Amino acid sequence: MINQTPRPGAHRTKLMQRMIAFVTVLAAVSTPVVAQPPGLVVSVAASVYDALEEIAGLYRSTTGVSVAVNAGGSNTLARQIVEGAKAGLFISADETQMDAVEKAGRIVPGTRTRLLTNELAVVVPQSTKDFTLARLLEGRIARLAMGEPGAVPAGVYGRRWLEHEGAWARVESKVVPFPTVRAVLSAVENGRVDAGIVYRTDATTSAVRVIASLSRKDHPYLDIAYPAAVIVGPSEKDARRFLEFLKGPAARAVFDKRGFGRPPVLSEPKPLLGRVEG
Amino acid sequence: MSAETWAIARFTVLMASLATMLVLPPAIAVGWVLARKQFPGKTLLETVVSLPLVLPPVATGLLLLWFFGRRSPVGQALDSIGIEVIFTWKAVVLSMMVISFPLVARSVRAGIEQVDRRYEQIAATLGAGSFCILRTITLPLASKGIAAGAVLGFSRALGEFGATIMVAGAIPGRTRTIAVGIYTLVETGREEAAWSLVLVSAVLAFGAIYISNRLVTQGGRA
Repeated sequence: MINQTPRPGAHRTKLMQRMIAFVTVLAAVSTPVVAQPPGLVVSVAASVYDALEEIAGLYRSTTGVSVAVNAGGSNTLARQIVEGAKAGLFISADETQMDAVEKAGRIVPGTRTRLLTNELAVVVPQSTKDFTLARLLEGRIARLAMGEPGAVPAGVYGRRWLEHEGAWARVESKVVPFPTVRAVLSAVENGRVDAGIVYRTDATTSAVRVIASLSRKDHPYLDIAYPAAVIVGPSEKDARRFLEFLKGPAARAVFDKRGFGRPPVLSEPKPLLGRVEG
Repeated sequence: MSAETWAIARFTVLMASLATMLVLPPAIAVGWVLARKQFPGKTLLETVVSLPLVLPPVATGLLLLWFFGRRSPVGQALDSIGIEVIFTWKAVVLSMMVISFPLVARSVRAGIEQVDRRYEQIAATLGAGSFCILRTITLPLASKGIAAGAVLGFSRALGEFGATIMVAGAIPGRTRTIAVGIYTLVETGREEAAWSLVLVSAVLAFGAIYISNRLVTQGGRA
């Protein structure tokens, strides 16, 4: 912007010089932080983030190896890995996203394992008093938070449930989609939506009220499982070791404490897209 | 181009136009004050006005989400009179306004600073009140700067992402703008559809910058 009066112009030049000096100092100070070598990075579904952080702490205290936990929507993580992100291990909240990674040839063959199971829960803000499941299913609700129903596993499962209940058509227009299930949880916690669909494990650690828990027994079509697999790359060996730790008793205890279920057969890798490969 | 792409493009242009129209009056007021008035705390006002330009838009978005959420007094007051802001189109306009405000205000200020104060002083000696001077002398002479600011603000509003996704979300058919749409389409594995939105935004950006450049180059003192 051109200035004709000299005073403010000079003032701006001086300000600019100060800003450049400030940025230079900032860059110099932050360089050592940026230059640190990356260790083992594990990309995990947002819903297992807390458990993985705890287990990573245990792992470091027993082995001295530090693990960086990168949490996000499984669909986002899967896309990052397919595009070449440096993750050693991927834990997805559904098989679909793991399939995408496997199809892209990014999984170390034979390492894919069903690690955990979970269930869905319908939650409302703690201050909400008179909310019933019927109200949600009848669509008498202004805003329902859920994972993006087209991609984020918690949203995909949630949509499957609502479709199964014949309520999707009534509820669809009320959906506020979020990129991770944790974002859904925080929207409910802060009262920004009327209700949300999350995992049972999220609901237990958070300041929300559970309206309904959708158990596996009553909803067998909601087969919510977390596949884990080692990703092809330089940290393959470290990742294998960490995956073994995740299946071990110490990690198991953490998962149990946080309410995750154990899949029927833990060690058998799930074949791609339900086909049995020779 | 699919119906969905068109709907998102139309919605975004509508929201950005609305945001630009609503942001102009306060931006002109602040631009004028900064260009013409000396008062204690002026630097503070300048800083606050420019803040959304420098703050990460998501940070601004979180502040807005907190401010208009149901937990804050403002959000509760609005809720009690039946106005919902967050996760509605109003939040889209609001985010666009807040983010583009500094650009518009700065441009208006630069435009007003270029107006020769003698015209205003002469008008005052002829008995014109300060509002009359502003309306008949200052603003018409600064109109190029104001128009450039409006185009700049409109372009910034078109591309707004960070604050929008926080406050308005990405609700299909309700709050999904071009920028948010590109992001969610890629996230949900529909990159093909995202590309057509990229094309639309490129065309819109080209048009806006072209107009803005025309205004600036023709806006020199005649």
